[in-house]
Amino acid sequence: MKKLIIAATFGMLCSVAALVPFSAVASGPSIHLDKANNDLSDKESLKKGFKTYIDNCLGCHQLQYQRYSRTFTDLGIEEADGIANYMYSGDKVGGHILNNMPKKEAEKWFGSAPPDLTLEARLRSPDWIYTYLRSFYIDEARPFGVNNTVFKDVGMPHVLQNLQGVSTIDEHGQLSPAMGGRLTAEEYDVVIRDLTNFLEYVGEPNKLERKAIGYWVLAFLFFFFILTYFLKREYWKDVH
Amino acid sequence: MLMKVFTDFMGWIDKRLPVTDAWNKHIAQYPAPKNFNFWYIFGSLAMLVLVNQFLTGIWLTMNYEPSGEGAFASIEYIMRDVDFGWLLRYMHSTGASAFFIVVYLHMMRGLMYGSYQKPRELLWIFGMLIFLVLMAEAFMGYLLPWGNMSYWGAQVIISIFGLVPIIGDDLTLWIRGDYVISGATLNRFFALHVIAMPLVLVLLVFLHILALHEVGSNNPEGIDIKKPKGSVKPEELSKFTFHKQYSDKYDIVDAVPFHPYYTVKDIMYVVGFLFLFCWVMFFAPEGGGYFMEAPNFTPANGLKTPEHIAPVWYFGPFYTILRVIPNAMLGAIGMFSAIIVLFLLPWFDRGTVKSVRYRSKLHLFNLIQFAICFVVLGVLGTMPATPIANLIGAIASFGYFGFFVALWLYSKNENTKPVPERIAD
Repeated sequence: MKKLIIAATFGMLCSVAALVPFSAVASGPSIHLDKANNDLSDKESLKKGFKTYIDNCLGCHQLQYQRYSRTFTDLGIEEADGIANYMYSGDKVGGHILNNMPKKEAEKWFGSAPPDLTLEARLRSPDWIYTYLRSFYIDEARPFGVNNTVFKDVGMPHVLQNLQGVSTIDEHGQLSPAMGGRLTAEEYDVVIRDLTNFLEYVGEPNKLERKAIGYWVLAFLFFFFILTYFLKREYWKDVH
Repeated sequence: MLMKVFTDFMGWIDKRLPVTDAWNKHIAQYPAPKNFNFWYIFGSLAMLVLVNQFLTGIWLTMNYEPSGEGAFASIEYIMRDVDFGWLLRYMHSTGASAFFIVVYLHMMRGLMYGSYQKPRELLWIFGMLIFLVLMAEAFMGYLLPWGNMSYWGAQVIISIFGLVPIIGDDLTLWIRGDYVISGATLNRFFALHVIAMPLVLVLLVFLHILALHEVGSNNPEGIDIKKPKGSVKPEELSKFTFHKQYSDKYDIVDAVPFHPYYTVKDIMYVVGFLFLFCWVMFFAPEGGGYFMEAPNFTPANGLKTPEHIAPVWYFGPFYTILRVIPNAMLGAIGMFSAIIVLFLLPWFDRGTVKSVRYRSKLHLFNLIQFAICFVVLGVLGTMPATPIANLIGAIASFGYFGFFVALWLYSKNENTKPVPERIAD
């Protein structure tokens, strides 16, 4: 019988293994994404990312499912500090992170209304965000004069151009800096990593808590399993 | 003192409702073969997951808003503002996938040991009905988060009903309650998901277990533990006491009472299962994008199709069969046939030997190829359709249906091994 189970399992694994390389082919050439290597437990990084978001992104992109108060608590920001430095719109501390962009008008300006970004990191992945924000290049054919290698013909201007500067693209699709911004390439990467970190946090504010609880649950179940194993053995002594 | 109060209380109850008798008949004195192996845990696990879905479902319902405008936001409200709402949601979403894993393995067990054969045909039919209702339940539940994959997945599946001749268009209109999938569809799916389907599911599970206890459990050897009354020497009888409903009619051998022997064994496996379940739930609740698909993190949008629409993984095998047949109508027929042949399995198998252990090499091979084809079909169902994928899918579909045809052909005069009279120690 063991043989049958082994054979069946082996057969299934082989067939799945055979399909894996093929699935890579089937999904076509994918865009190379740089690793964000962000750290959700780094609160300083999250705060900087939050600040970058408020200053540069919130004007167009809401975080309509996330509250200011929750963000302050999770990131370790005092309420008074939060109201002074992170809230410009006069919203309530307990309110969601919204902007006042008129949706109808925005569609006219950009072709489509700028999406809410609360769940962007779960929709696209942190690596995608990290790479996307570093992949703008000059393209005069586009309304805002820039295009993006990760998101082709994106409707958004390069908002952080003053920080990064601008890049040009060659015939191989390689980007090279044409004009520097206020930051060096390394400094800009750090800003984007912090922003990515913040967006990953906003996507699932409970992520760290989830994992922290998870270790305890698994540890408990592991020891409980040992107990139940001996309980079972004790009872089955009568049968064998 | 306390014990006496309890005994008196149960005595009072038992005079009015046979609770102790039912407990003994179905649990404490139910004769279960002593040789159940690993494959026999999935029934209990399915029950566990069902209870999990019920409990978490009730609490999710308390905070969910079934409307096109509010559904998506209410899920994020549950994830962020409800205390441990994220845990409830992940228990429910991981539970949905776990349900199908457990049920597929439970069915595989039935196939391996011939648990569908006479006299367990009706038991198998009830099981298949549970599987069918479970698919409907899962499909409707998947629309409720109102994400973009919810929307387009439902679009694809509902459109299959549009292939029915003459009434197809009216049928899809009737299912959706609107000309497109809309808040109206969401509302009715919500009603069906939280009330109608669970009710049917509970009834079917009840019948499934009742039918099981009427005919008795099969086992890995496929040897009956109930022998004709008076045919077994007294010293050979099982040393345990079983309910008189069983022991009055039969001589029972090689059996143990379900409780405590299989309850303690199942508890052990339940803890093992929970370890794996919690591992996924706490550390990878998206299940690598298969349990929760990425496009579902953006709200339903009838104008924006996801790049690659795939139904959730557990529909994969049937979806692939639909897809590899070039004609849509025939594809739909193929897909439904894939489920119908499973219903008819007890009649495709004309053999009398139950367990694969005593059946022919050909049967063993047929079973393995069927399992492989099923997995391959499932994997393909989650991937985009390409010519190679369709070719592999067509071969696997052939293997899937071939299992039943071949079984029917060889099972009548199969070269089986002699089945022992008794389960060996």
